[in-house]
Formats: sequence, C-alpha cells, structure tokens
Amino acid sequence: MSNTDIEIVVDDPTAPEENSPAVVSTGVVDIVVSLLLLALAVVLGWDNWRTGASWDSTGPQPGYFPFYLSVILGGASLYGLGAAFLSRREAAETFVTRAQFRRVLAVFVPTFLFCLATQYLGLYVASFLLIAGFMRLVGKIALWKSLLTAFIFTAAMFVTFDIAFDVIMPKGPLEAAFGY
Amino acid sequence: MEAFGLLLHGFAVLLTWKTLLLMMVGLVLGIFVGVLPGLGGPNGVAILLPLTFTMDPTSAIVMLSCIYWGALFGGAITSILFNIPGEAWSVATTFDGYPMAQQGRAAEALTAAFTSSFIGSLVAVLLITFLAPMISSFALKFGPPEFFAVYLLTFCSFVGLGREAKHKTVISMSLGLLLAGVGMDTVSGQLRMTFGSAELLRGINFLVAVIGLFGISEILLTMEERLALRGHAAGISLRVVLSVWKDLPKYWVTLLRSSVIGCWLGITPGGAIAASFMGYNLAKRFSKDQESFGKGRIEGVFAPETAAHASGTSALLPMLALGIPGSGTAAILLGGLMVWGLNPGPLLFVEHKDFVWGLIASMYLGNVVGLVLVLTTVPIFASILRVPFAAVAPMIVVSCAIGAYAIQNAMFDIWLMLGFGVVGYVFKKIGIPLAPFTLALVLGSRAEDAFRLSMIGSGGDMKVFWSNGLVGSITTLAIVLLFWPVIDKAIAGLGRMLRPARA
Repeated sequence: MSNTDIEIVVDDPTAPEENSPAVVSTGVVDIVVSLLLLALAVVLGWDNWRTGASWDSTGPQPGYFPFYLSVILGGASLYGLGAAFLSRREAAETFVTRAQFRRVLAVFVPTFLFCLATQYLGLYVASFLLIAGFMRLVGKIALWKSLLTAFIFTAAMFVTFDIAFDVIMPKGPLEAAFGY
Repeated sequence: MEAFGLLLHGFAVLLTWKTLLLMMVGLVLGIFVGVLPGLGGPNGVAILLPLTFTMDPTSAIVMLSCIYWGALFGGAITSILFNIPGEAWSVATTFDGYPMAQQGRAAEALTAAFTSSFIGSLVAVLLITFLAPMISSFALKFGPPEFFAVYLLTFCSFVGLGREAKHKTVISMSLGLLLAGVGMDTVSGQLRMTFGSAELLRGINFLVAVIGLFGISEILLTMEERLALRGHAAGISLRVVLSVWKDLPKYWVTLLRSSVIGCWLGITPGGAIAASFMGYNLAKRFSKDQESFGKGRIEGVFAPETAAHASGTSALLPMLALGIPGSGTAAILLGGLMVWGLNPGPLLFVEHKDFVWGLIASMYLGNVVGLVLVLTTVPIFASILRVPFAAVAPMIVVSCAIGAYAIQNAMFDIWLMLGFGVVGYVFKKIGIPLAPFTLALVLGSRAEDAFRLSMIGSGGDMKVFWSNGLVGSITTLAIVLLFWPVIDKAIAGLGRMLRPARA
C-alpha cells in the first residue's frame, strides 16, 4: 500500500514562518540568566549568612546548608557567565524568532490575564473566559463552538472538583450569587 | 517466597469494583495525556494529582500509576501514526514505526509497540517485586549518615553522568535545593529566605513548581512549533495481534537486551529517554541487516519501546525502597505520597504493607488492562489529534491552575506556577536540565535533615561520612561519580601516554 491511506489531516494556518528574524540570541539570554542567578545567589547567601551560617554547640545553624548552596549556585553561574562570553557559536544561535515569540505571547498573555481574573472573578468564570476567548481569538474557531466548549469544560471541572471530589476552588461574585 | 504471598494479598486489596474502575479511568486519562502534544507523563500526573487528594492512599496511587502507564502507551500511538513523538522517549519509536505505518503496516507496528511496552514493564515489575523488599529491609539499618550519602550519590551521579553542560546541571540542582529550604526550618523552627513574606512562609511547594515547569512551559514551547499534522488512522484486528504475537519469540534477544538496559537506566538516573535510544542503537548494532533499520523493521519498534517502559517502571524501584525517585514522574508520585500522609523510605514496606503491595499488584494488573485497552481503542485516541490545539491549550492551562491551587488552597501558588512556567521555558531553551531541579526540590529538605542529624550525632565531625564501610563506600562512590568526566579523561590520557611508549 502507498500513502493513500492518510486519513487524519490537521492544518496549522497560523504556524510561525521559517524565515522570521531573531528577537534575541541564545548567548544573550544565557548571559542574562546567569546574571539573574548570580544576583539570586548573592541575595539568598546574604540572607542565610544573617540567619547564621556557622556552627554552634548543637551542630550547623539553620543557614549553614543553604548558605553553601548559594555559594555553589553563585560559582556555577559565574562559570556559566564566563562560558557564555567565551562561546562564539552559541552566541549566534537564535533563542526565539519574532514569529515564534508572537505565538508564545499569544498563550502567555491570556494565561497571565486568566490568573489575574481568577484572583477577582474566581477560577470557573476565568476558565470560561479563557477557553472561549482563546478558541475564538487565537484559534479562529466559530463563536458558538468556542462558547459551548468553554461552558461544557468549565461545568465538568466544577462538577468533578467542587462537587464530586470536594476540592474547593477560588470563587468569585458569580458563584456567590448562586449561593456557593 | 514471602514476596509472593504479599503480592497475592496486594491483588486481594485491588480486586474491588471501585479500584478497577479507578484503574480504567486512570489509564484512559493517561493515554489521553500521552497522545496530546504539550502534555506528558510528569505533567499529566502532576495536573491530575489533586483529583486524588480526598482518596485513600491505595486508590490514589493506583489511579496515578495507571495515568503513568497510560501515558507510556499513549506516546507510541502518535509516534507511529503521525511521526510525532508524544513523549521524548518515543522519539526512537518513530524511526521504524512511522515507515511501517506508511507501508500500511500501522496495525502491526502499534501491536508491536504495545506488546513490547507490556513486556518491558513486566520485567521491571518482576524486578521490583523481588528486589525492592530486599533493598528496603537492608536500608532499614541506615542511619542519617547513610541516607545523606545515598542522597549525595543521587545528586553526584546526575552531575557526573548527565549529558548536559556540568555547570548547568549544578545550577539546576543547587537552585532546587535552595528553593526546597525556603520557609520554616524543620530542625530549629527558624524562618529562612522568606524576606518577611507571609506567602513564602509555607515554602515553595514541589508540585506547584512541577506543574509550572512541565505543564505551562510545555505549552509555551509547543506553540513555537508548527502544529500541522497528517497521518494514518488505524484499527487493530485480532488477526494482526495474533500474527505479531506468534513472531514474538523470534525477537527474544532484542526484548531481553532492551529490558535489561531499561531496568538499569531506570534505577540509576539515566531515564527512559536514554534507554529508548540505547535500546534502538544496540538492536541496530547487533543486527545482521543494519541497513533495513529506519525503513520499517519491526525490531526497530520492539527495541526502544521495551527499553522505555522497563526504564519508566523500574524508576519506581528506588522510590519505593529508598524514597529516592529515579525519574521526574517518580518524583511527582513521591510528592503525592507525602500529600497522602505517607512517609517515603524503607519504612514504607513495614508500616504500609497494603499500600506498597497494592501498588505493585496494580502494576501487573494495570499493564494487562492497559494492553487490552489500547489495542481495542486506538482509533478513538488517534482522532483526539483532530481537536485543534487552540481548544486544548486553554484547557491544559485551566487544569494546571486547578492543580496548583488545590495543593495548598493558595492563590499565590497560581502565580508561582506561572513564574515557574516562564523559568521552565527559558531553562529548556538554554539547556539547563529540569530533572535535577525537580529531584533536588523534592529531596532537598530530607537531604538537609539527614546531613544535620549526622552532624549533630557526630558533633560536627565530617569523618562521620566515612565512619564505617557502608557509608564510606557510598560517599566515596558519590565523589568518584561527581568527578567522573575528569577521571574518565585522565584514564584516557594515561592510556594515550602509555601507548606510544609501548609501540
């Protein structure tokens, strides 16, 4: 038999283009991450030094173990920093292209808004808004399909977690209006 | 033969309608998770963990481990039908699985994949059944120094044997250990690294970090790819299954070799991914007809699948016997144990016999039920891929948020999850491995406690880690493994220096 029995085909019309320019190179990200980790190591190391990182009569003080871990983390980040500066090959590699970055933001921004909405509207309302909005705006799926899917999924989650398994999720004004 | 009796008892614990139902639910969810792009074994288990919080530990672990088996089975479906590995460990399966599907032998390839998965798991479960009780009863003699030495060995072997840049593994591990220390210090009750924040008082929960690192970051990464796919739909008939099974004994060497590789890499932190590639490469190297690999040879499906499953299953051995997970998923199951109020470690075999043997029995039963389930339902699961990612992605995000919130009922954890999602995305892209981070975060506080208890016991003398033969050899082995790349190079260099002298 040949390739004639291909039966499942899914297209991705908004796929990122291949030749999109790079936003930032891996080398730069490597250096920034190393610097951030170094800063974190210094802050945590200082905090643990303040807590007490030496020995007393009973053994190591609470800050002892994490203090030396901060030293290790700091050392490894410094090494990473040096390696990133020296490595020419990695510096030129693309970390993310503009088209890819746009798609990543298309997920990240809604996820961020979803977390924000969860804080004020409760998880279920936020989840309905996220699914319906994402399917409609990012996926370009028909409005009725988006709304229906979002409603069914959210309702199923509510029944599974809040009712069947007693795992209580954050609630907002809407649930309060229904007495939950 | 004590193990055998206890195993039978385990089956008796399992054979209730409720447990069997949970097993089916777990398997279906697991296959689902394995088939969907952007969700894998560890994510699936982490996201679905909250469902089990109100269950008794035995039902909970049965369901979770079945999700795990399901995910292992599910990964093969997409690799063979669509040439898309649902999981990193099924990459090697695509080499010969997809060509087979193109030749119209999809059903054969799928049967081969599922059957060999089953065989791999079975070998690993047999190993667990007989070895785990022995190791755990041996480990009962361990004191804090021995435990610290074992933890040290685990960490060092990650650094020394991992394929990533060494400093990146060290960064990942020390960061995990540090974050594990945030919050109240368990020995002195003092606060550490909280910077006056009431939210950080609770500490950074391991499962929240995992959901962010694997769930959220995976969605971000998946979006970067082109998501179009085309593939074959296949049903499996009983005739094909029987004909593949009839040929099975011919491949016993491949199956055995892959099982051994898988078990070994599963117990040591090599992982299922390495195991599947190694299984494939060795099968190719020992084959008389190397050219035919990659063109749809059934052995090319048997070898990686057996190894991946053997490894994925045997990763549970050190978790059960010593409380040290052999893989990311095992680490999450370990996190689950703590949520259900069980204390992982060798005492588990003594204090919670029902739980441990229920789990081991569920591995046998789950694999049999799983095999039947996947063989009969492949077409349904293959069509899941028709669902557009734009619908799946937000649902995964919501499930992740539910999972993160449910662990401690804290809104802060949802934000923490988002933060870890970004960290995971960046780390994966610049090659900082996440597995050591996960392991360090789950073992961190126990490693520290073991260290401090040994120090208190010895009055601050580091010699306690060499105080007897057992602890001394574990510690020495750990240090050797840590510097293994250097030692390896030194030996090779020495060899080069000696060779011209001899010539």
